[in-house]
Amino acid sequence: MAEPILEVAGLRKRFGGLAVTDDVSFAVAPGGIHAVIGPNGAGKTTLIHQLSGTLRPDAGTVRFAGRDVTALPLQRRARLGLARSFQITSVIPGFSALENAALAVQARSGSSFRFWRPAAAEARLNAAAMAALDQVGLAGRAAAPAGALSHGEKRQLELAIALAMEPRLLLLDEPLAGAGPEETERLIDILLGLKRRYSILLVEHDMQAVFALADRISVLVYGRVIATDAPAAIRADPAVRAAYLGEDEVA
Amino acid sequence: MGRAWLPLLVFALLAAAPFAGLGEGYLLTILARAMIMGLAATSLWLLVGGAGLVSLGHAAMLGVGAYAVVALDDARVTEALVVAPVAMAAAAVFAVATGAVAVRTSGVHFIMITLAFGQMAFFTAASLAGYGGDDGYTLYGRNTLAGRRWLEDRLVFHYLCLGLLAAAVLGGRALLASRFGRVLRAARENPERVRAVGFSPAPYRLVAYAVAGGVAGLAGMLLANATEFVAPSFLAWQRSGDLLFMVILGGLGSLHGAVLGALAFVLLEEGLSHWTQHWRLVFGPLLVLAVLHLRGGLAGVPGQIARMVRRG
Repeated sequence: MAEPILEVAGLRKRFGGLAVTDDVSFAVAPGGIHAVIGPNGAGKTTLIHQLSGTLRPDAGTVRFAGRDVTALPLQRRARLGLARSFQITSVIPGFSALENAALAVQARSGSSFRFWRPAAAEARLNAAAMAALDQVGLAGRAAAPAGALSHGEKRQLELAIALAMEPRLLLLDEPLAGAGPEETERLIDILLGLKRRYSILLVEHDMQAVFALADRISVLVYGRVIATDAPAAIRADPAVRAAYLGEDEVA
Repeated sequence: MGRAWLPLLVFALLAAAPFAGLGEGYLLTILARAMIMGLAATSLWLLVGGAGLVSLGHAAMLGVGAYAVVALDDARVTEALVVAPVAMAAAAVFAVATGAVAVRTSGVHFIMITLAFGQMAFFTAASLAGYGGDDGYTLYGRNTLAGRRWLEDRLVFHYLCLGLLAAAVLGGRALLASRFGRVLRAARENPERVRAVGFSPAPYRLVAYAVAGGVAGLAGMLLANATEFVAPSFLAWQRSGDLLFMVILGGLGSLHGAVLGALAFVLLEEGLSHWTQHWRLVFGPLLVLAVLHLRGGLAGVPGQIARMVRRG
């Protein structure tokens, strides 16, 4: 296996007496989709907060692209190429879709302490932003205010913003959350296209989507990773089946 | 044209005012004060409307600028080309020193911290015995401009204030449209998203705070020259409240709203106080009604009219 792009070792986080992340270790190889699944309350959200840098773990390390980033906040990890999308859509509603993506381009191309020239007239920012929108099929809505987009389009914009960062790893927090059946289908198509070009860590609740997309799966139960393997092996794993008893059938 | 006609009309009226038979002294004095408050309100708009930072201590910036005039006057330095940059720099330095603490917070905490720093500046000014303490300081005279006593000329002073106000509005617009302004506006709407793409909002907010402070310092320098008198009341928190009110009355949707709000505020205050000594009883309810019924503030009036016309 190639040098992992993301490596988590011995990660622990407690809230009061509850171990929400309990000695979590796994590695994400570059290329393709590595999914993290788990029943409700397994600690997926807490884990993603620790991976993206919005929550400090009590113990353990997060290594990203060969570098220990455990102590770095969200914006520093973003600068290193870790792009996260949010479970609850987080865009800038007053900006157009294009300007949302252009802000992300701006973050990685030169200083933003420039006070005079209109940013909206910078062709290079706009071109890169448009390319990102195009990758998720949102180019036709570039001029629309982000706040006026449909829910599915906002999910697409979330992806476009992450792509505009030219990330080394996409950290997608339930990108299908709240999407209807048609929107889900469209988003899965987009993700299938992206997995050929990007390394993706996907935290997702939708089992069918995960098994359709993932190259490897880690299963999180009560804060612990009980298995990391290829989808077929995960599907057959008795411990995983037991964990999901009474939940959605493991597809 | 579209939405731009209102600010253009207001600036045209201000430019024409001296020739409209209004040149008889008193009204020009009021207009100069209104434009100076407009300059201060424009700088505050950059924080409130641009960066989403609601400051209740902005009068302190203005006061630092005014007291810079006092300190230099006391030292017999009265050249505006020296005084103005010093006043702006002093206010900007004060802004950086207090902003370094304040911009780490947001919302109510930001309001309270700016209020606290404003009050500290107020009490400091009141304790400056050498500059008159509570009683204030009467300037030897207005500053000279390039060695000449131009600022004493009403017309020159009128157009100086107008020019600086227009420059502040245009400069503010350019600032908000720049890369810097884009980060600032984005962080107002959604700071978490801004961090997630790799920006830390605090340094951008601090620079905005310093710029706003510097412009307010210039307003303070002009105000000191307009009144030829500076007192701690310039820094009182009520003055900060007035400035905030001008910004909200004018509308947070566009920068020139600050100018409209300041003009309306000062002229209404002046007009009503001539009409009756109980003018505050009328002024207060009028402001409340304006805020309740003018969505988007005064700057939003053209849009509201357009909508009413379309509806028929």
